[in-house]
Amino acid sequence: MIKAKPKPLEEIIDNVKDFNKLLIAGCDGCVTVCEAGGLKEVKILAAALRLYFTQAGKQVQVDEASLTRQCEKEYLAQLSDRMDGYDAAVSLACGVGAQYLAEMYNHKIVFPGVDTCFMGVNEERGLYSERCQACGRCILAETGGICPIARCSKRMLNGPCGGSDKGKCEINPDIPCAWELIYERLKTLGQLDRFERPVEPKDWSTSRDGGPRKIVREDLRI
Amino acid sequence: MRLQYPPTVRIIEVPCTGKVDIIHLLQAFEYGADGVIVVGCMEGDCHYQKGNLYAKTRVKRAKEILDKVGLGGERVAMFNLSSGMGGRFAEIIKEMTNKILELGPSPVRGAAAKAKATGAAGEVTA
Repeated sequence: MIKAKPKPLEEIIDNVKDFNKLLIAGCDGCVTVCEAGGLKEVKILAAALRLYFTQAGKQVQVDEASLTRQCEKEYLAQLSDRMDGYDAAVSLACGVGAQYLAEMYNHKIVFPGVDTCFMGVNEERGLYSERCQACGRCILAETGGICPIARCSKRMLNGPCGGSDKGKCEINPDIPCAWELIYERLKTLGQLDRFERPVEPKDWSTSRDGGPRKIVREDLRI
Repeated sequence: MRLQYPPTVRIIEVPCTGKVDIIHLLQAFEYGADGVIVVGCMEGDCHYQKGNLYAKTRVKRAKEILDKVGLGGERVAMFNLSSGMGGRFAEIIKEMTNKILELGPSPVRGAAAKAKATGAAGEVTA
């Protein structure tokens, strides 16, 4: 899932301090799971902003809403009869949701309320780590289910490099060497012969190197 | 025990401090509270295992938020007491009451009253 972290409150206050009618729009999708967006975070941010404006002697209307997903027009349309009443919105969705909200209501100012970080897993509550970089051509079948693109600091296709030290990456001893993990996993699976076949250079055109990407599924389109 | 403590406090009972969310703490200030204390069981003694530890993290975040919005994080605090510590509870209420008296009323209360007064005047001139 997409992982994000809340933006510093000072930054949000600085963005919205000159407006009089604000909507805090959450997303009940991915960012709710990592407790950065969603209804609960919307309520917390809205209460914090109301407290800030009240103690500063300003009368500012701060309303709350949270949509099932901000990355779909159908859900964003639920705000259509309300948006005209606001000067600006703070989106507690990932960068995708914030952009789609701004795209759908292009006459409104939309501020991001979270910093979108990566696609990753919940290792435990409050601890999330990256697993996928959406390179567009999955090689997990070759690498024992561990992605060297997302988890190797150098994105090496034939690792490990000389910076691997006791199973850790040279850039940070807290980061496990992806190729050490791949080696151990392939050993467990009895597939160490995979190391005898070098991986061919990857076609990066399906990644960001090919510019903004689009999926067209003719089988799904009407 | 018939212990005396200042009548400044309004007690809201919850099944476990794990129920207390940051939203509740912030809303208390929105409703005009000058300070909020969360009184949970001793750490390690939670019947639900981690309720008081969750409350601790939420009180910590509420403090950070209150600092940033200009109310001051010292207006919210958490204490861990057992059911046999009534004496300490009364002491805490006294200590917190004195602390709040030192800090003065919540700036939200004063500002809200002022805004209401100027808002009413604005309506007349408009």
